[in-house]
Amino acid sequence: MIRAEALSKTFHLHVRGGARIDAFRDVSFRVSAGQFLGVSGPSGSGKSSLLKCLYRTYMPTGGTIWYTDCESRDRDLAVADDHVILDLRRREIGYVSQFFPVIPRVSALDTLANGMVGRGFTRLEGQARARDLLARLGIPRTLWDLFPSTFSGGEKQRLNIIHAVISRPRLLLLDEPTASLDAASAAEAVSLIEELKRDGTAMIGVFHDRALLSRLSDSVVELKR
Amino acid sequence: MNDGMLLDVSGLGKRYGAGCPDCASTTGPDFSTNVCPKCGTVVALDALSFDLKQGEILGVVGESGSGKSTLIQCLYFDVAPSSGSVFMAGEAEGKDLLALPRAHQRRLRARRMGMVYQNPLRGLRMDITSGANVAEKLLEAGTFHFRRIRDRTAELLDGTEIPARYIDVPPRSLSGGMQQRIQIAKALANNPPLVLLDEVTSGLDVSVQARVLDLIRELQRDLGISMIVVSHDMGVIRLLADRTVVLKNGRVVERGLTDQILEDPRHPYSQLLVHSTL
Repeated sequence: MIRAEALSKTFHLHVRGGARIDAFRDVSFRVSAGQFLGVSGPSGSGKSSLLKCLYRTYMPTGGTIWYTDCESRDRDLAVADDHVILDLRRREIGYVSQFFPVIPRVSALDTLANGMVGRGFTRLEGQARARDLLARLGIPRTLWDLFPSTFSGGEKQRLNIIHAVISRPRLLLLDEPTASLDAASAAEAVSLIEELKRDGTAMIGVFHDRALLSRLSDSVVELKR
Repeated sequence: MNDGMLLDVSGLGKRYGAGCPDCASTTGPDFSTNVCPKCGTVVALDALSFDLKQGEILGVVGESGSGKSTLIQCLYFDVAPSSGSVFMAGEAEGKDLLALPRAHQRRLRARRMGMVYQNPLRGLRMDITSGANVAEKLLEAGTFHFRRIRDRTAELLDGTEIPARYIDVPPRSLSGGMQQRIQIAKALANNPPLVLLDEVTSGLDVSVQARVLDLIRELQRDLGISMIVVSHDMGVIRLLADRTVVLKNGRVVERGLTDQILEDPRHPYSQLLVHSTL
């Protein structure tokens, strides 16, 4: 489903007299449906940067990212048009980041439900699925109608996970999804991830927890600093 | 017009002054000036091109002198550009809107575009009621039936969370936030496919800003309107825009997905803007 070849990212910081900083260089891998690729490496080796390049939050500076979409079209995400990327993000590529998109005055429930509404489901269907997932990940019912800006780090992280998986993406990128979770929530999150995997979602994930990484991964790409 | 594309702007330019052959090559972001050193002409915009898909929100950021307001004014036919073309899907498809007769432009603007100005004084008549302000837009588009105007106005005020009792109150008696909502209601009056928003929350209290932005998001999502949002505030752009263009001295210096512009700005000026954001 996704195949990266010689992918690289170098930052050029003009504001500091033109410093060039390599995030990562020459990374290649391939991932098929239902497979999990773990990304490991020491701190600062570019793991998050790699995920951001795949999601196009960062523009890669070298290499290609061939992705086969739900209509079997092959696209190089590294150079695809912005409109194409936006469509893919809306329809089939999900991202569990470390920062929940907090929208003023919109409840946690609605923020999550809207992810489904954007894909042709009704608001009621979106809310129903959001409730299921909120309950499953142990977010207290009392918080569902409140604004996420006041939630704890762990609660926001669980919202992140739900936000990314609610519409069953074909490809899911995970950046430390269980980092701020307690053991019980982490276990639930992992079970959710395994369920998606069984349903055919391809995944690429960064986990600092080595045990978890080995448990979930079918293969691992190792980044060096 | 391509699949799903609403607007195609090409080579838009605006100059104030006589102009000379060196205007374009001696102004712009590399020279940090809009003023031609040879003839004194102000190059407010030059070679500006972009497209806008149906249902998309495009952010336009830049500081003073970037040309962002001039751009909006050109699109809304408030200002006549010096060069360029604008094509829009739907009515008048295939025709350069900038070359249309003035009367046709006015009709197009009334029926297919909405505008929310930074300063409500520009977008509203303070001496007539809020309801009448909205009704004016309906009248411009050819709706003359009194009942229909009254009902639609009530619907719009309700949709923009303006209390019904304000329908007969002139905007000058209302707060800044309320005035912006009346502008939004007016902009939406004829269900336009395109709404232009020029610094709509500048000068509003933070809590009011949050509500106005929330309203814009909700309306955009429910109605699928395409929008161009001009702002110097990165937070507003992040919240509203899917894609963003960065302007400096009348030119586009960078364009891309909003999250990419905010997290991986590549042009020196974009980096400066983003790194200067609190």
